[in-house]
Amino acid sequence: MRRFAVFVGLLALVLSAGASAQLQIEINQGVDNPTPIAVVPFGWQGVGTAPDDVARIIDSDLARSGQFAPVSRRDMLSFPDRASDIYFRDWRALSSEYVLIGRVSGARSGDGPVRIEYQLFDAIRQLEIDSGTVSGSVQEIRMLAHQIADAVYERLTGIPGAFATRLLYVSVTRNPNGKDFYRLVLSDADGARPIVLFEGRDPIMAPSWSPDGSEVAYVSFETSRPAIYRQNLRTGVREQLTNFKGLNNSPVWSPDGNSMAMVLSKDGSPDIYLMNLASKKLRRLTRHYAIDTEPTWMPDGRSLLFTSDRGGRPQIYRYDLSSGQITRVTFEGSYNARARVAQDGRNVALVHQQNGQYHIAVHDLVTSRLTILTSTSLDESPSIAPNGSIVLYATKRDDKGILGAVAVDGGVRFSLPARDGGHVQEPAWSPYFYR
Amino acid sequence: MKAVSNAGKLVAVSFASLILAACSGTDSKEQEAAAAAEAAAAEAAAQQAAAEAEAQAARAAAMAEQDRLKDAAMAAGSVFYFAFDSSELNDASRMAIDAHIALLLVSDESIRLEGHTDERGTREYNLALGERRANAVRDYMVANGVPSYRIETISYGEENPIAFGSGEANWSENRRVELK
Repeated sequence: MRRFAVFVGLLALVLSAGASAQLQIEINQGVDNPTPIAVVPFGWQGVGTAPDDVARIIDSDLARSGQFAPVSRRDMLSFPDRASDIYFRDWRALSSEYVLIGRVSGARSGDGPVRIEYQLFDAIRQLEIDSGTVSGSVQEIRMLAHQIADAVYERLTGIPGAFATRLLYVSVTRNPNGKDFYRLVLSDADGARPIVLFEGRDPIMAPSWSPDGSEVAYVSFETSRPAIYRQNLRTGVREQLTNFKGLNNSPVWSPDGNSMAMVLSKDGSPDIYLMNLASKKLRRLTRHYAIDTEPTWMPDGRSLLFTSDRGGRPQIYRYDLSSGQITRVTFEGSYNARARVAQDGRNVALVHQQNGQYHIAVHDLVTSRLTILTSTSLDESPSIAPNGSIVLYATKRDDKGILGAVAVDGGVRFSLPARDGGHVQEPAWSPYFYR
Repeated sequence: MKAVSNAGKLVAVSFASLILAACSGTDSKEQEAAAAAEAAAAEAAAQQAAAEAEAQAARAAAMAEQDRLKDAAMAAGSVFYFAFDSSELNDASRMAIDAHIALLLVSDESIRLEGHTDERGTREYNLALGERRANAVRDYMVANGVPSYRIETISYGEENPIAFGSGEANWSENRRVELK
């Protein structure tokens, strides 16, 4: 039996909402033998109709992972919502190895409380193998459903799910006769509930998350020069952090949330700096006439990886914060850039050039082995799911910017184009909000 | 023209005072001194008028020269192109920038150099590369006498393409520095 803490709803204040730039998810490739599972429609213990189809949300999450083959609702012989109503023989006849049932109770609308109980059964052994309760505001019922999907996924694969998370991305509407239109969008990890955090005719770049998921940072050119901003998702309060001459780019929060690494070129060439977010004091980390950019933190917060062309071509280097020592990390090929490190501190997703094409690759920091994950040619901006299993990235399809996702082991692939046909770029996968 | 007619008036006034002096005939020395002073004043005025006319002509010539340089700079174009992953100025770019330098040396205008890249490679690295390109143009201008405080540089990386598609034909148009 598990019980999750009350999920804290985000986003009290937003500039505008709507279906603009919503992502749709197309599965391109799943694992060879996905596990069959039946997610039975959850019972609703309240008046009127249920606030949302919780089972459908869980079903879609599991299907989208590429590792499960949910049983179609049309084929189900019954919709049990209690253990005593399950006839395991019926589910085995549908080749379903697992059966998930549940019950929803509470408010239907507004911000009233809602509570969802679930039970997972092994249909072969006829045993309950997991159960739990999630509760929160009915406004966040989709997130509660994603939390159940996370738990089921973890119970059956051994890896925590990352469905109850969010995405940040930049959507661009090109205007051949004038200025383009940029939006910084926040959505659920399944693309649902997109919200525009900031928009305008000037470029928006390099969005990133605070480690607790309560704030985002990004670069905006709204003053006709690039500057770094942070924006609180609960209060909507926005603060300009830098306004230096030259580049102000690549803001990334330290794992403890107290400081932010960034790229500034105020002292000549682009170098990596560290800003103490309380005092706003800057500490210069690198000092080189070459380009030093795209910093990212190791999960332990003791060192950073960054891109530099100090060796002639862009490669990944590591900066140790206590010693100030810089060591080169990547040696394979002539272009490795824009690293992002998985929470295990081992897998590094990056952009790797091969035969003039830019692919997403994973570099293993222990074995120094580099594995190319994608076959498209203009892949960039990798972002790793908080469970370390999937790399989300930006690519091009028919001259359109879309997002792509690939499992770190290469087994599962999907595409996330914008529904409205606009360009999508620079995805940033959120940390966990509830663990 | 205006200067000349003023000088003519001054000469006329001087003649009038000479006639007055001759008529009175009381203190001829004083009168002579006054007349000499008047004549000197007239001469100085004439000289000043001539100098002013000369300066006016010089200004007009400078304006014409500036117009000519402006036309030449316009003809040279205000977009300078670069090779892939390079911030080196090629001969065509240098010639075009030379035309702008010539103009900047006779004017006091301030300019903005915007660096851009094609879509290949990572966005943040490209932002740095765009800045490197803008700086390459700035450094060349400064080396040729343009004061650096009159030049602002900014990079848009790959964010503002001119040509939207993929392929070298589009990419080569996007690898550029724009003078604004």
